[in-house]
Amino acid sequence: MAITIQRPNLTLKEKMYFPAILGGLATTIRHAFRMLTGKTHVAMQYPEEKWDSHLPAYYRGAPALVKDEHGRERCVACQLCEFICPPRAIKITPGEIPEGDKFRKVEKYPEAFDIDMIRCIYCGLCEEVCPEAAIFLQKDYAITGESRGEMVHHKEKLYELGGLKTGLVHKWNDKK
Amino acid sequence: MSNPTTTTAPPPVQMLNVQVDGVWHQFPKGTRVIEACSQAGAYVPRYCYHPKLSSPGNCRMCLIEMGMPKMGADRKPEMGPDGKPVINWIPRPQISCAQDVAEGMGLRTDSPMVQECRKGVMEFLLINHPLDCTICDQAGECRLQEFSVEYGQDSSRFLEEKVHKPKHVDLGPRITLDDERCILCSRCIRFTKEIAHDDALGFVDRGSYSTLTAHKGVPFDNNYSLNTVDICPVGALTSNDFRFKMRVWFLKETKSICTSCGTGCNTVVGSRQDVMYRQTPRENNEVNSVWMCDYGRLNFHFLHDEKRLTNPQVRLADHTMSEVDWKDALSRAVGQLRSFKGEEIAIIASARMTNEELYLTRRLADALKCTLMDVVPRQGEGDDILLSADRNPNTAGARLLGVAAATPGAKLREIIEGVNAKRIHALVCLGEDAAEQGATAEALHDLPCLVTTSILPNGTTAASTVVLPGSGFAEKRGSMINVKGRLQRLNRAINAPGNARDDWEILRDLILGLTGSNGLYMVEDLFRAMANDVKEFAGLSLSKIGDLGVQIIQEEEKKAVPTDVEETRTGTLPTPP
Amino acid sequence: MDWTFTFISLAKILGVIFVIVLPLVSYTVYAERRISAIIQDRVGPNRTGFPLTVLGFKKDLVLPLGGLGQPIADAMKFILKEDFTPASVNKFYYWLAPCLAMAPAMLTIAVVPFGSTLFGVPMVIANVNIGVLFVFAIASLGVYGIVLAGWSSNSKYPFLGGVRSTSQMISYELSLGLSIIPLFLVMGELNLTKIVEYQIAHGWTIIPFSNLPNFLPGLFDHRAHHVMAYVNWRQILLWVPMFISFVVFTISIFAETNRLPFDLPEAETELVAGYHTEYSSMKFALFFLGEYAAMITGCSIIVTLFLGGWYVPFIPDGTHGWVWGLVNIAVFFGKVSALLLFFIWIRWTLPRFRYDQLMRLGWIYLFEIALVNVILTAGILAIPQSWFS
Repeated sequence: MAITIQRPNLTLKEKMYFPAILGGLATTIRHAFRMLTGKTHVAMQYPEEKWDSHLPAYYRGAPALVKDEHGRERCVACQLCEFICPPRAIKITPGEIPEGDKFRKVEKYPEAFDIDMIRCIYCGLCEEVCPEAAIFLQKDYAITGESRGEMVHHKEKLYELGGLKTGLVHKWNDKK
Repeated sequence: MSNPTTTTAPPPVQMLNVQVDGVWHQFPKGTRVIEACSQAGAYVPRYCYHPKLSSPGNCRMCLIEMGMPKMGADRKPEMGPDGKPVINWIPRPQISCAQDVAEGMGLRTDSPMVQECRKGVMEFLLINHPLDCTICDQAGECRLQEFSVEYGQDSSRFLEEKVHKPKHVDLGPRITLDDERCILCSRCIRFTKEIAHDDALGFVDRGSYSTLTAHKGVPFDNNYSLNTVDICPVGALTSNDFRFKMRVWFLKETKSICTSCGTGCNTVVGSRQDVMYRQTPRENNEVNSVWMCDYGRLNFHFLHDEKRLTNPQVRLADHTMSEVDWKDALSRAVGQLRSFKGEEIAIIASARMTNEELYLTRRLADALKCTLMDVVPRQGEGDDILLSADRNPNTAGARLLGVAAATPGAKLREIIEGVNAKRIHALVCLGEDAAEQGATAEALHDLPCLVTTSILPNGTTAASTVVLPGSGFAEKRGSMINVKGRLQRLNRAINAPGNARDDWEILRDLILGLTGSNGLYMVEDLFRAMANDVKEFAGLSLSKIGDLGVQIIQEEEKKAVPTDVEETRTGTLPTPP
Repeated sequence: MDWTFTFISLAKILGVIFVIVLPLVSYTVYAERRISAIIQDRVGPNRTGFPLTVLGFKKDLVLPLGGLGQPIADAMKFILKEDFTPASVNKFYYWLAPCLAMAPAMLTIAVVPFGSTLFGVPMVIANVNIGVLFVFAIASLGVYGIVLAGWSSNSKYPFLGGVRSTSQMISYELSLGLSIIPLFLVMGELNLTKIVEYQIAHGWTIIPFSNLPNFLPGLFDHRAHHVMAYVNWRQILLWVPMFISFVVFTISIFAETNRLPFDLPEAETELVAGYHTEYSSMKFALFFLGEYAAMITGCSIIVTLFLGGWYVPFIPDGTHGWVWGLVNIAVFFGKVSALLLFFIWIRWTLPRFRYDQLMRLGWIYLFEIALVNVILTAGILAIPQSWFS
């Protein structure tokens, strides 16, 4: 069925176009004038102006691994973060803690823990899912590199970013 | 669980009327109550019960409400207004795994009492269970996790110190035991006793301190020990081979078969991103029930060997090997083979090849007019459980397709001697090592044409003029016939490394180079061509084989083939149009 | 062949094309981006400087010229991009189209007088007596570039863009041509240099008597009523059709150069990128720059016909010295630049026409207005001189 759309009935002034065009030109020139006289508030000019002091407490930057108060790496390579990661940025190679190590009772640790920061979308699901409170999103946002390889954060880099975090998980301390 | 199908009509089975959750069903006499519930669509959680083992009834997880028909004064069941027996419910819950169904029986699998029972049992089981899920290999396929979510409660009320038991106990060469995780279901003990006939495991101590252990001085290293890892409902028994390698939820499961002996146990291959991590048995009551041997299970690490051949190689004039592309290698192989007469050529095939590859081997031999071919026999010590003495997975197929002599290996000696005496000038080695079979390195090296397909370098590839890298069993599709004449299917779980190709494609391209187009583009085409030529495969296709396989050679027929007469099945195949 | 003439012509061609027009094209693109940003409360490209360190200097030149290196960076990018030719295109026309888009715009500059004289040499490359006709003839070829691009790309969006542009350009060429007939009725000239000279003598076409200041010394010497000796009533009356001509011509130039609000051939929201969807690298750049070159040409024509060409009151022509000759050139391109800014301003103010509105405007309004305007002018010219005195 055909649908008839009622076009608005334009007045002569509207049909002329020119008053509207002139009105539009006035609007744009007003904006241009305000911009040129510095009255317009423009976006932050990034490298010169930085955001750091305004970062909210909940800001989600680069993910990093943390160690506990005994220097034990919290991560036990359960691979839940690898599983939950929507862009599949995390790659973990699990390994067994060798006999004689002082944290042998924990049994499992990540032999390799790589986060591809080109893939990471800073969603924070890894932090959310981690049962060992081992991975946290830090406030680092300027993650740069000159090659794809450089943009992969290996375990050392992740611990360097994360550092120590005390409290939260005690179950391995109680273990025999 | 399905019963074994037999060709003879089974005797009529008495059907019993049983009420499950208020609905009347009929079950054959002899059905376990727990199975009857499953068949009626009411799954009953269980830990200790396993359909292939005896039922000790010690986990108490399968408690349900049961009732029997109310008997009138005449010892006949009283009938209710609906014409069905009135049921007298037993006031206490009963375990459903140790009892068969009876006429007029009533079962309630989801009543408030049953729910309360399951919740209570779950709480008991979890009292001393460690919070190891993050490092436990069973996580993801753990019954304790699953049932805890489904039937348990969300938090623990247990404030006391948990009982600590030995952790990472070295139970045997292939198994690590974590006693804290054990829920004392005794499946592993019953398996070793009833199936593996190696009574090595048992419980010591009492109550909360009961501990699973191996008998002192008796090592737990029988060839079926890893099945206990499969049947362990929790992470107490873990395989040293798979331990901490990969979480199970990442594994892609591909149905396949084991190719380490002639039995052809049905398996599930667990792989992730072109890496195979494990294979576990798959139920097929005609072949392997639900078990497989450790030898076959662990025989896959060669697929990820660092030395895998990944590129075709040709031998240069200065006797060094050089990697080339496929086009180059194949045209060189074809050119070399073409320059010899049929009687100068010999083919050593392998009974580890699929039927499709063996069929093409036959076509290749026809194209080359070569009559001298055989497979390499492999004999080992069999047992009366699963392991076959024939360690080749497809001897029957090789014999059926006319690649092997009736007694496989009968002509192998002649080939090797021919090579050593330089009567044979061109040798095609398909997945086998002629050097290992007695051909001298010098004789192999002097061959003007030695075309080899292989997945790993060996003495023969080192002396070859053309080396064509093939695929391993988890990297290809195809079919094999086990020692009992059952046609079964291999499926591709992972991709072959580098530029290695499916073996059937290599053979196809060799034939293509020798004879021109043959219209084979997919392995399905190949099977169709084979089904046209070989009567045993008539009417079948790769998809029709199914996951459980098809019996294509009856045992009687196989016995009728006289083993001392050679050449019974080596007449030339009809040439396809 | 007169070698001096050849040499001087060559110098003029190279000077105009490479020193003035092409840089002007590049920086019009930059201006477009900066001004659109300013209008939209953004910053725009303000960072690309000149990497002088590459040339051995100690510091890069970034501030305060930030952003001025942008056109050079853009050009480098276009040159370095992969020049991709889709498999399904008609190769010959596909390659020919970008050339046809750029060449006519450059050619029309030839007849435009961009200055008075410099060292006695007239600042026009080809002083032909049918200058305006030449402009229309060559500018009409521009549509071939677009139509061929749309057709040879063998893809639906470019094809639709090509079809739209054909009908649009044909429609607006009518009013474009008709709208300046009144000018020729008044001036009796097609030679663009003569048209400029007429405006020097009688004031700009759209601002009559703007030449009055030339007679200022005389004005101060006489009584007020003597002013009327220089003011002609006919000229005052003629201002009405001249202004109508100017408006219609300018609108038609907008349509001819595919500028908003008439950018239907490349309407991004409907046609991906219109006729140049399948083009990349320098071939795309040729379309892109051809469009801006056409804009500059269009502005030059408007300036020449209506805004007095290189002439501004008080500024003498090149015969008074080469400095004045240079100033005349600067004045001309200053006017062109001002008009370009107006084009940009319009673009970032108005929304795009609907297709039927576009056709309606062209055929029902502008065409008729231009026709009536011709008759009106003719009528005014037919009034005997005695009526005014």
